[in-house]
Amino acid sequence: MVSLDASPPVLDVRDLRVSYRGRGRVVEAVRGVSLRVDPGEVVALVGESGSGKSTTAHAVLGLLPPGGTVDGGRVHIAGQDVTGWPDRRLRAVRGLRAGLVPQDPTVSLNPVRRVGHQVAEALRAHGLADRRTAAARSVELLDEVGLPDPATRARQYPHELSGGMRQRVLIAIALACRPDLVIADEPTSGLDVTVQKHVLDQFDRLTGERGAAVLFVTHDLGVAADRARRIVVMRHGVIVEDGPAAQVLGTPRHDYTRRLIAAAPSLTSARLRPRAAHATPSPPLVVARDLVKEFRLPAGRRLRAVDGVSFEIARGTTFALVGESGSGKSTTARLVARLTTPGAGTLEFDGQDLGRLRGPAVRRLRARLQLVYQNPYGSLDPRLAVEDVVAEPLTAFGAGSRAERRARVAELLDLVALPAGTARRRPPELSGGQRQRVAIARAVALRPDLLILDEPVSALDVSVQAQILQLLAGLQSDLGLTYLFISHDLAVVRQVSDIVGVMRHGRLVETGTADQVFTAPRHEYTAELLDAIPGRTHR
Amino acid sequence: MGRYLARRLAQAVFVLWAAFTVAFALLYLLPSDPVAIMLDSGGEGTFVDPEQRAELTARYGLDEPVHVQYLTMLADAARGDFGVSISTGAPVRSMIVEALPETLELAGTALVLALVLGAGTALAATYTRRPWLRQLLLALPPLGVSVPTFWTGLLLLQLVSFRWGLLPAMGDDGVRALVLPAITLALPTAAVIAQVLAKSLALTWSEPYIGTARAKGVSRSGILLGHAARNAAIPVLTLVGVTVGNLVAGSVIVETVFSRAGIGRLTQAAVGAQDIPVVQGLVVLAAVIFVVVNLAVDLVYPLVDPRITRARTLAVAS
Repeated sequence: MVSLDASPPVLDVRDLRVSYRGRGRVVEAVRGVSLRVDPGEVVALVGESGSGKSTTAHAVLGLLPPGGTVDGGRVHIAGQDVTGWPDRRLRAVRGLRAGLVPQDPTVSLNPVRRVGHQVAEALRAHGLADRRTAAARSVELLDEVGLPDPATRARQYPHELSGGMRQRVLIAIALACRPDLVIADEPTSGLDVTVQKHVLDQFDRLTGERGAAVLFVTHDLGVAADRARRIVVMRHGVIVEDGPAAQVLGTPRHDYTRRLIAAAPSLTSARLRPRAAHATPSPPLVVARDLVKEFRLPAGRRLRAVDGVSFEIARGTTFALVGESGSGKSTTARLVARLTTPGAGTLEFDGQDLGRLRGPAVRRLRARLQLVYQNPYGSLDPRLAVEDVVAEPLTAFGAGSRAERRARVAELLDLVALPAGTARRRPPELSGGQRQRVAIARAVALRPDLLILDEPVSALDVSVQAQILQLLAGLQSDLGLTYLFISHDLAVVRQVSDIVGVMRHGRLVETGTADQVFTAPRHEYTAELLDAIPGRTHR
Repeated sequence: MGRYLARRLAQAVFVLWAAFTVAFALLYLLPSDPVAIMLDSGGEGTFVDPEQRAELTARYGLDEPVHVQYLTMLADAARGDFGVSISTGAPVRSMIVEALPETLELAGTALVLALVLGAGTALAATYTRRPWLRQLLLALPPLGVSVPTFWTGLLLLQLVSFRWGLLPAMGDDGVRALVLPAITLALPTAAVIAQVLAKSLALTWSEPYIGTARAKGVSRSGILLGHAARNAAIPVLTLVGVTVGNLVAGSVIVETVFSRAGIGRLTQAAVGAQDIPVVQGLVVLAAVIFVVVNLAVDLVYPLVDPRITRARTLAVAS
């Protein structure tokens, strides 16, 4: 790539190689990456987990985790060759020449120090301010990143701030010394879409005003499309594509980029399954009427997590509940699963009033209503073999003889497209996508009527996410399943749902067909959510 | 805050009552005869006048039913009166009040020493980049835990006092006499503190906020002292509450080895002579120390970690 700009690039990485050593194994995480970021340029480094994108970003600043070593290559920051510098010397670069916005705002601030102190420290570490001026400057910085009432915030502790606010604090820290380069490592993962949008808009504006270059590390092509002028795609430790954003997204040269674009839900809107026939004469499977659920908080306060929610789910269709964290969507799912009981309102499942079921009837209900959770790493017992995990519901309900159960497990694994050899392996040996398939096989083992899918793909990489969504769509047609699909991701919801309910503060603010909600939202909050989906500009 | 303290005080009273009652049950219901012990000064087989025996039994109220004895003693104890010593005849309270300052001085110095030594070792082991030095420093605590207190005491006496003649070997006057016993008492506690803090620091060191601090350009010592130490301190704080018990127990050995007067010596003598009122008083004293120290520790938690509120400490504790 030829740059017409005469000034040197703020970041110039050549043939960088990084490996991780541990337990006698050496893993080559980055295998010869060359990357260049010019002054004021915004470059997105995109890839799935394990692609080496974060490792590249951290290696540049000498911030590799223990066991990580740079095996070769050169790194220039702002024209200075910092290759092989010891920690002590790199300290003068970190924060001053290159700032870092870390990944997870909820754990990236010291919980026992005041927010203002942590911002001020960035200035004091480089002698840019003394104790008093640093305190004043940190309040200014918090104001600049858009924190309301910055003087008060500066005196608060991180746990008193929301995730979005904490990410703003981290941005203030990264920008404090006005560095030429800001490395943002998945800066908004884990934040709600509307919060993500506001935080990134502010970040764009601030880096733009200061003329800082940005290396934006993300797994989300949609975010990359919105924010970056140039997109660099990484896979298995090497760069597979590097070019202007429009070109990479519009006419990708590499096959992997094409697949990544096809899999990114925010960039596609195709439905995975023909719309369910609506003329079904049978009564709905689930009927919820005015559900209310309250939780007791300390100091005698009460939180209304679910506040008068009513909906119906027709047989063989997918009802999606969308909302941001704290909207009450997961609590609603738990009510339907009868894992908790409503304070008021009624729930009918196949004509039965769930509130009146007791003892054995509740147990029989469990067989017809199964759950798949968000985190396939936490929802499977790591000590059980996969076949035992899948057979557990069969055993619990005494379904068939041992041999019959074994045959059914084999059939189920085949159904979710897992190789037969998986049966004897344990969950920790499997990838995230494989684990979620195991969780789905377990959920459909008893031939349930309703599957409650609580964020079933949020913990997975986009390409894996697309495969799991395909699988769920296929199973729905083949087995005639009804889905209650909980998600914060509108783009995913659009691909799978028939009816969409939008939740906010415990209320269902809008319900309608997927088409209607996505193309002609009636509630302003729905419109705001849709507007916040990354990658809209390139759809 | 007021309600919190009131609840904690109620808890403390309950703990003290329980300690008193358990000690009473163990000491008075065991097959031991205080009167026989009192009259046994002349050795085995001394002739005991039955009249004298009856007189003593009545004076100590031992002819009353057990529950009357218990309630009388509890009422006395609540007023701070633990009766008189069987072997010396002096009031138990004044014996304890006399011995307490010496032991508080010893245990307090030992606690400060233990904190300085233990925290210093853990911080140095975390700070150094030289693997051999870290390994060496981390090998010290297990050694310190496994060496018995009396052995350390004797070794220090042998070297520092007898061979080099630097510090006095015994006695309880002056700071110089305090040094060796305090070190002896502090070492095992220092070792445990070092172990727990080093482990806690290692865990803290891999927290993402340490990465944030590094990315700011903060120095290694700045990260260690400004970010890691305070986050790693909570387990150590919990430990200090428990450790005070070890210091009281350790003072029995240390005061014997160094011939110091104090609670430890008093305990040893009282147990040896089966001086039940004194033992009873000492058990309650130990319970008071425990309750006070742990209340202090609980009040310090929220100062170290603002996420811990007093209400939550209570919820965890109960």
